[in-house]
Amino acid sequence: MNQTGKEKNPNLKKISGIKMKSIGVLMTCPMHKYLEQQLETHFNLFKLWHCNSSITEFLKTHQGNTIRAVVGDTNIGADAELIASFPNLEIVASYSVGLDKIDLRKCEEKGIRVANTPDVLTDDVADLAIGLILGVLRRICASDEYVRIGKWKDADFGLATKFSGKSVGIVGLGRIGTAIAKRAEAFGCSISYFSRSQKPFANYKFYSNIIDLATSCQILIVACALTEETRHIINREVIDALGPKGILINIGRGAHVDETELVSALLEGRLGGAGLDVYENEPEVPEELLGLGNVVLQPHVGSDTVETSDAMADLVISNLKAHFSNKPLLTPVI
Amino acid sequence: MADQEEEQDNTGDQNHKPQDLPQVLVLKPPPVLSVIGEESFLSNKYQFLKAWESPLPLHQFLTAHAGSIQAILCSGAAPVTDDLLQLLPSVRLVVTASAGTNHIDLEACHRRGISVTNAGNVFSDDGADAAVGLLIDVLRKITASDRYVRQGLWVSEGDYPLGSKLRGKRVGTVGLGGIGLEIAKRLEAFGCNVLYTSRKKKTFLSYPFYSYVCQLSAHSDALIICCALTDQTRHMIDKDVFSALGKEGVIVNVGRGAIVDEKEMVRCLVHGEIAGAGLDVFENEPDVPKELFELDNVVLSPHRAVFTPESFMALCELVVGNLEAFFSNKPLLSPVMDV
Repeated sequence: MNQTGKEKNPNLKKISGIKMKSIGVLMTCPMHKYLEQQLETHFNLFKLWHCNSSITEFLKTHQGNTIRAVVGDTNIGADAELIASFPNLEIVASYSVGLDKIDLRKCEEKGIRVANTPDVLTDDVADLAIGLILGVLRRICASDEYVRIGKWKDADFGLATKFSGKSVGIVGLGRIGTAIAKRAEAFGCSISYFSRSQKPFANYKFYSNIIDLATSCQILIVACALTEETRHIINREVIDALGPKGILINIGRGAHVDETELVSALLEGRLGGAGLDVYENEPEVPEELLGLGNVVLQPHVGSDTVETSDAMADLVISNLKAHFSNKPLLTPVI
Repeated sequence: MADQEEEQDNTGDQNHKPQDLPQVLVLKPPPVLSVIGEESFLSNKYQFLKAWESPLPLHQFLTAHAGSIQAILCSGAAPVTDDLLQLLPSVRLVVTASAGTNHIDLEACHRRGISVTNAGNVFSDDGADAAVGLLIDVLRKITASDRYVRQGLWVSEGDYPLGSKLRGKRVGTVGLGGIGLEIAKRLEAFGCNVLYTSRKKKTFLSYPFYSYVCQLSAHSDALIICCALTDQTRHMIDKDVFSALGKEGVIVNVGRGAIVDEKEMVRCLVHGEIAGAGLDVFENEPDVPKELFELDNVVLSPHRAVFTPESFMALCELVVGNLEAFFSNKPLLSPVMDV
């Protein structure tokens, strides 16, 4: 199938379906078997983890200029080193909506396209946020353990805390933040948020200061992108403002939270509880948290359902195919 | 009608009080009384007669006080049977500190002209939150993967297996009363499609209605049991229902353990004939079938669906409110049967 029309990048060839099979695509780490299979079917796939996840090692046995596309994720994206190593790199298609592992400035500089997977994972991440709230407040995980080890026979489990009607504060009211708000509303919660700017369409109380947000709510949910400004946005001050009856839910990035401060606040009872899907140094989880009954720990599963993983994979493939067919990207970032 | 005079007795029973207040029999303290504390239930309209504090054998205790007991405060652990009512001819009101009434002989109450009140809707939010929490947990494997992390397996074994998305799932509620309606409202926000079965179709609601639970099950990806336990609903969730639910289907039970054929459910779970379960209630609490402890696709809760301080405070107010209304000749707040 030949394409006509102007080409932005003089290196971009008009590609037929068969010729796509020769395009070198580097997958940075194992993400999803179905995605791997699709990439293998449609492109000439290289797997970085077969070279110990090291670019240097990869370049010992492969020509750098064979790679025209990179598929990265929240573990390994496309940093300056990677971008510099592949002079023919045209597109980074991330198997994620978060872009914190991609050197966007470098991509822009070099005219490299970037695509991600927004929208398809919004529901799952929002569902998990609510699941974490219920897990922490209603002590679902802790009481399951109680039953399994036979303690129910000796004594009744204690009380939990009601979720319905509580005050929820959301950091970042983007797609995911909005989806969380809609769900929390169905539980009769009052919703407020902190964001770079007030959202005119949102019918929730806006706080221009995150401390004020944390002071006003009982459940604080991190749902914003990780940037230089939002690194450690949840610090000791915010945690103290949230207080001993407050709970923190993080479905953003581990680096949003000063993890050391979070751990000490939980151990000292200055924070009531936490539901975490992300950590500063995954898959490492602070050991002190492993024994706590007022936290729920998830292994970065925000979008980890069969349905969504497949949808994300399809979107990655579609973006790559679109790019190499000279068609508009479906979900471009750059 | 409240009697103002109380019979004197000479048994030396510690519970004898000289005041005029009408007496409310409490055989065993309902959980809300133990947790909240008796002080919150005090009133100038009635007094509690606490059977468990008496050294007398129960039968003797009841006979001694029969004339002055005008109401009973009960719960699941202290059933109200026809035999009990037979001993207490002055009883005109039974107040249960629960939503369920399966521990009360309602037919006997009706026959004797005795009113019954329950917990009304005070538990609806918490019951719904628990049901939704269990459903999300089962589909997204939250408790199982929390365990995985705590055991250090994320580091050594890698990512946890994928869960299942909520949006688009057909969720069938068995029962669409106070708790069922709140469940439905919440699930809609997650993009689930709600269907239901109930004794009668609710004409004011647009959720698809199925007359038979097997039909509902055949059209559902998940079943949530949130109905009362009655003779009709005992073991209603049986082999046929599980078969209709299918290998991908999950079940959540926040009703009563006996609504489900527990042995059959365990067999289906162990053999992978259904995909998972979130259970707050069991046939023989606190006994839980040991086979379930081996399963990662099951979430177990020790009958705590409505046990939050907030619900208990609201229940306390409702219990007191019903008793005070009764003894002031005012309408009951949450009648199940008002005679």
